[in-house]
Amino acid sequence: MDLHFGDSKPTDEERAAVDSLLGPPTSAWEGAEDRTDADLRWARGGREARERRDLLLPGLHAINDRIGWISEGALDYLCRRLTVPPAEAYGVATFYAMFAVKPRPAKVLHVCTDLACASKGSAALCAGLEERLGAAGSAAGGLVWQPSPCLGLCERAPAALVIQAGVPSDEGSVPLPLASTGSGRDGATQVQLGGARPSWPAGANPAGPARTGNGVSAEPAARRYTTAVIAPATAEALVLAAAEPAAAPAEPAASLAVPQAGQPGLSLLARVGVVDPYSLDDYRAHDGYRALRRAFDLGPAGVIREVTDAGLVGRGGAAFPTGRKWQATASQPVRQHYLVCNADESEPGTFKDRVVMEGDPYALIESMTIAGYAVGADRGYLYLRGEYPRALRLLQNAIDQARARGLLGDDILGQGYAFDIEIRRGAGAYICGEETALFNSIEGYRGEPRSKPPFPVESGLFGKPTAENNVETLINVLPILNQGAAAYAAIGTGQSTGPKLFCVSGNVGKPGIYELPFGATLGELLELAQAPDTMRAILLGGAAGGFVRPDELDIPLTFEGTRAAGTTLGSGVVLVLDDTVPLPRMLVRIAEFFRDESCGQCVPCRVGTVRQEEALHRIVDRTGADAAQDIALLREVGAAMKDASICGLGQTAWSAVESAIDRLGAYK
Amino acid sequence: MTVIPLRLPRRLLEFTLDGQETRVPEGSTILDACRAAGKDIPTLCEGDTLTPKNACRVCVVEVEGARVLAPACSRKAEAGMTVLTDSPRARHSRKIVLELLASSTDLSTTPRAAEWIKEYKAKPDRFGPDAARLDEEPKIDNDLYVRDYDKCIQCYKCVDACGEQWQNSFAISVAGRGFDARISTEHDGPLTDSACVYCGNCIEVCPTGALSFKSEFDMREAGTWNEEIQTETTTICAYCGVGCNLTLHVQENEIVKVTSPHDNPVTHGNLCIKGRFGFQHVQER
Ligand SMILES: Cc1cc2nc3c(=O)[nH]c(=O)nc-3n(C[C@H](O)[C@H](O)[C@H](O)COP(=O)(O)O)c2cc1C
Ligand code: SF4
Ligand code: SF4
Ligand code: SF4
Ligand code: FES
Ligand code: FES
Repeated sequence: MDLHFGDSKPTDEERAAVDSLLGPPTSAWEGAEDRTDADLRWARGGREARERRDLLLPGLHAINDRIGWISEGALDYLCRRLTVPPAEAYGVATFYAMFAVKPRPAKVLHVCTDLACASKGSAALCAGLEERLGAAGSAAGGLVWQPSPCLGLCERAPAALVIQAGVPSDEGSVPLPLASTGSGRDGATQVQLGGARPSWPAGANPAGPARTGNGVSAEPAARRYTTAVIAPATAEALVLAAAEPAAAPAEPAASLAVPQAGQPGLSLLARVGVVDPYSLDDYRAHDGYRALRRAFDLGPAGVIREVTDAGLVGRGGAAFPTGRKWQATASQPVRQHYLVCNADESEPGTFKDRVVMEGDPYALIESMTIAGYAVGADRGYLYLRGEYPRALRLLQNAIDQARARGLLGDDILGQGYAFDIEIRRGAGAYICGEETALFNSIEGYRGEPRSKPPFPVESGLFGKPTAENNVETLINVLPILNQGAAAYAAIGTGQSTGPKLFCVSGNVGKPGIYELPFGATLGELLELAQAPDTMRAILLGGAAGGFVRPDELDIPLTFEGTRAAGTTLGSGVVLVLDDTVPLPRMLVRIAEFFRDESCGQCVPCRVGTVRQEEALHRIVDRTGADAAQDIALLREVGAAMKDASICGLGQTAWSAVESAIDRLGAYK
Repeated sequence: MTVIPLRLPRRLLEFTLDGQETRVPEGSTILDACRAAGKDIPTLCEGDTLTPKNACRVCVVEVEGARVLAPACSRKAEAGMTVLTDSPRARHSRKIVLELLASSTDLSTTPRAAEWIKEYKAKPDRFGPDAARLDEEPKIDNDLYVRDYDKCIQCYKCVDACGEQWQNSFAISVAGRGFDARISTEHDGPLTDSACVYCGNCIEVCPTGALSFKSEFDMREAGTWNEEIQTETTTICAYCGVGCNLTLHVQENEIVKVTSPHDNPVTHGNLCIKGRFGFQHVQER
């Protein structure tokens, strides 16, 4: 490959951002300022550097986090360091919503306008912001605000997130020489990315800035990278938080998203609100790492047998049997297997994984260690959506603590098993939750789904056998091993075993995450969540799921029960809309979401989602005969999207709208 | 003469194609089998010299037992499979895909598009006059070729030809996403500032005419382009010792563009800037 770089130069700050990730350049070929004699004789880079392509996404984050956007000079420098063609890197940078390739202010305020937030007044919130800050997208006073898809804070709707670019709080404290940043492919070296070491005193706002700042070398006046979550939000609060994100009030504890917190009988949520999410000791004091010891007793095949006998089915939406996936991965003769935890969670209405990760982060780390052991992986990637700053800090802390105590690393608990976990941050793309798009994203390519077959268990991350699981799926492994497969399988129904998390949001009295054994009915769940008498519709399974009517409350919440009722459980979303919510506008919002999030690879999805949105706009105030022609059009386009799209995004982009027409009579 | 490179003998596998027992060598795609059986399936993003991205979805077929349709161009035939190439479901999806494409993109220079639109009774107009279109101005930033992305169907062929499948220049990539995705140089700059080496291999593979010789583009603008009176002569490039095959497209005694035979086992239709664009001196009489 013959690389061509432009002549735009990075600024010192941009260079520092990249170097903080990759270490200083070792030769002029990599962009060092001075050319040495050796540089004239040796051209380094090449294959070795190219194999670090997977550092492209972290590199883009490093620049975007520090500067707020990615200039030509910065992108070129990063490309030189990694031997990535600039056109490809540009294609990657422009794929993600959180990155900008045009100058913009350092502070960006993301205001959720998605389903749950729309039902809780995000439209009024945006109007208030427009009054105070000007139109969305227009920069003023060092700030720009923009509407955003679901931020995963639906229980506290309407929600917003401020991100202020600047120097990372721990700059200088974690030197990252090049030699220690592995390719991710050899498994022998570890990369510690994200640099999000907690340096705040216990109890301080974990999403806020570092308060102690030890080891900080930058100028005191330097702008610090800061994030703040404001939910529920008012326009006044948002303007204040945006002006000074560091002073924004602390986020409430994750346990407040769990109305049942502390109640007996919980399994997956038992520790949320009970343990200190920072403390490994506290986790161990609450049953932590018992399951891993049991796993070592059972051996990898024994763990897979337990998981299979327990009947665990994937909780990420596709409902695939986990034991079968693990068995298929474990049995691949090719070496280097990977475990990937899908914590992308960008489905509107879904926030269960966030609450688990924030409330009980070690549980996920332990589960991933067990899963890695079972499938023969010595390396795990935790792909976390970019909009979850608090989860990032907590998980990074948990990984660091576990590593320091020999619960991750070369020889876990002296059992001769080597496993380590690296967090990869997404950057605002729902499609990256699709399993193969996620691999591409980690590898430093555009987050476009691959066509299957081959399936991930055969050829996944870096082309190697990979087991990919949802956060909730993984943490179910703990009760399976702690109680034994039989006891676990006794919970729920024959085909849907174990406990299940539900994300209840919208017009209910007690929104949040609920844990119920499989088999509870929709009505039972909604009673707990205090649904109003004025319910108009319930969305099951998120934007990719389907609507049901308030008179269908006896639908059992199981995979087979929802299937029999002609709907889906999806990722466990239960979004309640009362009769004040304009349904046609919600449908337009769903269509908008899919149009925005389509990766653009295949025609039925790329153009179909646009045509769907156009038709729904046309009929937003129409019914009956006036809408009939467009509904017929929607059906025809929808059928082709479902049948001919490459991946689940295009295949399900019309399901919710279809169900609103058929089940709710939306345009009658 | 068509040169068929010899390969290791492959096992044959058997499957059912439109009710017919069919045998194909292992590794064949459903499309290979269809073509061998004389079935004409529309294709756009598939190219004989490239591994297709299977993004256009006009070639979809129904595989029994599968939840969704399969792209014939990329799905390998498997023993025991039952495939329907012309089922109502497959035909419906093809029709809609053609409507979606033709309603958003200028297919006027896409070979066979009009024919398929007719065959599948596609009505691209039914999305109304306000249906979003690409609406791009042609990018003319050099004297050799023009990028008219209003005609682009995002088939990725040019990206693959420029990148890892052939040229290894990586001058272009897909930028943005969804309906806003476009083939783009880095930072959307002009081609002259990019890594482009003007081999023109992207033009060679473009199925829609979105990429074209400046000579062809200008003649189309002037209304003088006339393929019917053009002759094609395949000869050998005289510039260097590689000896690539060139096909000269001549209209009224002028070379109007240069392509290269795809079945040449050495070049597979690829050329360098000299063979592709260095024809002016021939006509300086
Ligand atoms: C467009 C799209 C988005 C998805 N997003 C997620 C996600 O955010 N989290 C997740 O766990 N699975 C998501 N999935 C499902 C994954 O592709 C995959 O099925 C899942 O991670 C497998 O894990 P499981 O077997 O534990 O359920 C998504 C699928 C599609 C098609
Ligand atoms: S269905 Fe949509 S998201 Fe999936 S590959 Fe096609 S364009 Fe991309
Ligand atoms: S320019 Fe041509 S080859 Fe490139 S993606 Fe568009 S249609 Fe395909
Ligand atoms: S096309 Fe280029 S490489 Fe091929 S023979 Fe001509 S000059 Fe040589
Ligand atoms: S946070 Fe707004 S809908 Fe989920
Ligand atoms: S030709 Fe098969 S998908 Fe495009």
